[in-house]
Amino acid sequence: MSLNVKERRNKTGTVLVATGEINSETSGSLLQTLLPLVREGKPLKIDLTAVTYVSSAGLRTLLVVYREAQHAGVAVTLYGVSEEVRFVMSATGFLDFFQTGEAAAAEAKAKARAAR
Amino acid sequence: MSEAQSEQVLRVDAYPTHEVGGYRVRAGKPFPFGANVVPGGVSFSVFSDQATSMTLVIFKRGEPEPMAELEFPEEFRTGSVFAMTVFGLDHENIEYGYRADGPYDPVSGHRFDARQVLSDPYARLIAGRDVWGDEPDRTRGYQYRSRVCLQDFDWGDDTPLGIPAEDLVVYETHVRGFTRHPNSQVTAPGTFAGLREKIPYLKELGVNCIELLPVFEFDESDNPRTNPETGERLFDYWGYNTVSFFAPKAGYAATGRYGMQGDEFRTLIKELHAAGIEVILDVVFNHTAEGNEQGPTISFKGLDNATYYMLTPEGYYFNFSGTGNTVNCNHPVVRNYVLDCLRHWVADYHIDGFRFDLAAILGRALDGTPLPNPPLLELLAYDPVLRHTKLIAEAWDAGGLYEVGNFPAYGRWAEWNGKYRDTVRSFLKGDPGVTGELATRIAGSPDLYSSRGTAASVNFLTAHDGFTLADLVSYNDKHNEANGEGNNDGANDNASWNCGAEGPTDDPEINALRTRQMKNALAILFTSQGIPMLLAGDEVARTQGGNNNTYCQDNELSWFDWDQVDDNAELLRFTREMIAFRKHHRELRSTAHPTGRIRENLGLPDISWHGERAWQPDWSAESRLLAVARCGTGDDDVVYVAMNSHWESHDLELPALPGGRSWHLFADTGAGAPHDIRTPGTEQELDNAGKYLIGPRSVVILVGRTNDPEELDTP
Repeated sequence: MSLNVKERRNKTGTVLVATGEINSETSGSLLQTLLPLVREGKPLKIDLTAVTYVSSAGLRTLLVVYREAQHAGVAVTLYGVSEEVRFVMSATGFLDFFQTGEAAAAEAKAKARAAR
Repeated sequence: MSEAQSEQVLRVDAYPTHEVGGYRVRAGKPFPFGANVVPGGVSFSVFSDQATSMTLVIFKRGEPEPMAELEFPEEFRTGSVFAMTVFGLDHENIEYGYRADGPYDPVSGHRFDARQVLSDPYARLIAGRDVWGDEPDRTRGYQYRSRVCLQDFDWGDDTPLGIPAEDLVVYETHVRGFTRHPNSQVTAPGTFAGLREKIPYLKELGVNCIELLPVFEFDESDNPRTNPETGERLFDYWGYNTVSFFAPKAGYAATGRYGMQGDEFRTLIKELHAAGIEVILDVVFNHTAEGNEQGPTISFKGLDNATYYMLTPEGYYFNFSGTGNTVNCNHPVVRNYVLDCLRHWVADYHIDGFRFDLAAILGRALDGTPLPNPPLLELLAYDPVLRHTKLIAEAWDAGGLYEVGNFPAYGRWAEWNGKYRDTVRSFLKGDPGVTGELATRIAGSPDLYSSRGTAASVNFLTAHDGFTLADLVSYNDKHNEANGEGNNDGANDNASWNCGAEGPTDDPEINALRTRQMKNALAILFTSQGIPMLLAGDEVARTQGGNNNTYCQDNELSWFDWDQVDDNAELLRFTREMIAFRKHHRELRSTAHPTGRIRENLGLPDISWHGERAWQPDWSAESRLLAVARCGTGDDDVVYVAMNSHWESHDLELPALPGGRSWHLFADTGAGAPHDIRTPGTEQELDNAGKYLIGPRSVVILVGRTNDPEELDTP
């Protein structure tokens, strides 16, 4: 299955919406799309709502992007991780490396509360 | 450009030189063996001494028929190693194997058969048994499929923990059995991920090392038997029948169906380490799943039978393992294979140590005779990568070689101390004539390990192989009918005692005695010198219904029943406090065997023996009472343990303590909960300083200390 990728830019950064599977066949082009966005230095959100499967190579690609972003000081957040993908990411430990939408939202809420 | 990108330089060997079967290839590098991702392709390297030709067989993942068969060009062979890099492969979506051609001449040891596709002995992943218990498609020609694996796990700052051996508290468990029970309440029961969710339980219990029954890929469906009582199919549940030595078992991973078992297992290890818990693997190098002449050809048999197995002069398999074949461990090639395998688990999985199943076989020569200086054992002891890992031998084999106390240790190897198990069990039953040997065993077995120290002795009373602790006090005889072998399997000599009724009973007295006997066992285990090992579930009285050989029982007979954590909270608390007590008292973990010399700080010997009268142990055959007092260096407390396996109570005269100290009660298994044990540091001072009444079949633990350190008056 192929992977379809769309970019959406807004005031706070870029949202990349992926549709399909992230596997060894599709992850190479995904990486080529994501790396320049990371280099722009603006916050990047990756929307995985329509991603049905992330393979071992796919998880590694996402982690490479994440490491590049950390290196560049850019915030990257995963959004809309499906239950199945979240389960695989959790069982294999990959979830621990990423900031996901839910966690990021909770953190923002906690910060806002602390500021009050 | 980031650092990672700037390192992507072009390499000369990233270009093909040949074409084979429509694929672009070049000569691979003989080392490392296995399939390794290289720029532009995958390098395959395999050893066979006698093969006349070798073919790489590649499948699209899951397909029954190969997508390519690439014979290694003659110039791709270096010595006896065939190596080839194949370009343009999607490493994630292929499976591979080999066809080795050569002589079929069993008398000379050769069993080549080019019709068979063989697994790579160095395969890092195996596909084909991805989900535990799924019925395999046996019509497929190639069952256990080698897969390519990236070795790029992000360990952060994790390394093996390096806990001193004498400080270990080992917990022996089974990946699946620990959380497979429906009441385990984990997300993925029976998996590495499930076990990870139970780390808080392990931490609270206080163990700092888990020893896992085999996790190398095996085939649980290779057991043809059924339960004669229920008709249910039986499995190879324990997994002592290795199919592939470098691959973690996919069926133990919630993500095995996606081929991500390696990452899942590494994540478990990483989190166990973060919780201060080491991981020891039970490894089986004495035999393989290929069995004897009638067994399947999976890998070694077809690649180089004469190298990998010990063969009789007629070409049959020697059977020192009791399972059909015996690995030729001291053949130079096989030695290196074992070494490579263990290095792989230490370097790529951060494993802290290994327990070697039937390790006496590792000391046998090519013809089966025991070697005085076995090169494999020496090699493992001194290897730079394994240098700080724990090496533990099951120092016997099924061929009759019993080396407990004599295993060639090279200053490194510890042993499962079978004599400790037998002696303490016998004492607990109340057998006569055991007291003297009990003293030797609880002092770290100096008769066996005088030059090796106490940490050479792994003390245990129960293990996966045999009765659980609850069954040890509930059954006189084994009840293995469910295994379908007419109750003929499993050990007959268990030194067990049912306390008055065989199996479950409503008799409150018998049940109270059983609980006490379990506490007695735990109290002795955790106050003995040497490394204690607890069988998972013994802390909550896990029962196997009297089955002492549940190798095939993937069901409630084997699984950890988590309801028992509440049902047997009393025993769990007792175990937890005993482990905490051990951690609290350095003298129980001393690496040196005690000698009886006087500790100058306290004016007491490092170890002293007592009976009903202080300083007067009774070593006679009818004696069933022994007390031991230990004191360490510095301002350590004194620990006094009285063990009474007699059916009557005894008045104990307690040894006098140096000034400022008095006897405080830590545990008395004769007392009802919650007075049976206390939290270390909160022991209660005895009213009658010089005497204590020990009940029938009870263990009493006292601490000689002061209530106020300022009051200390050391001689």
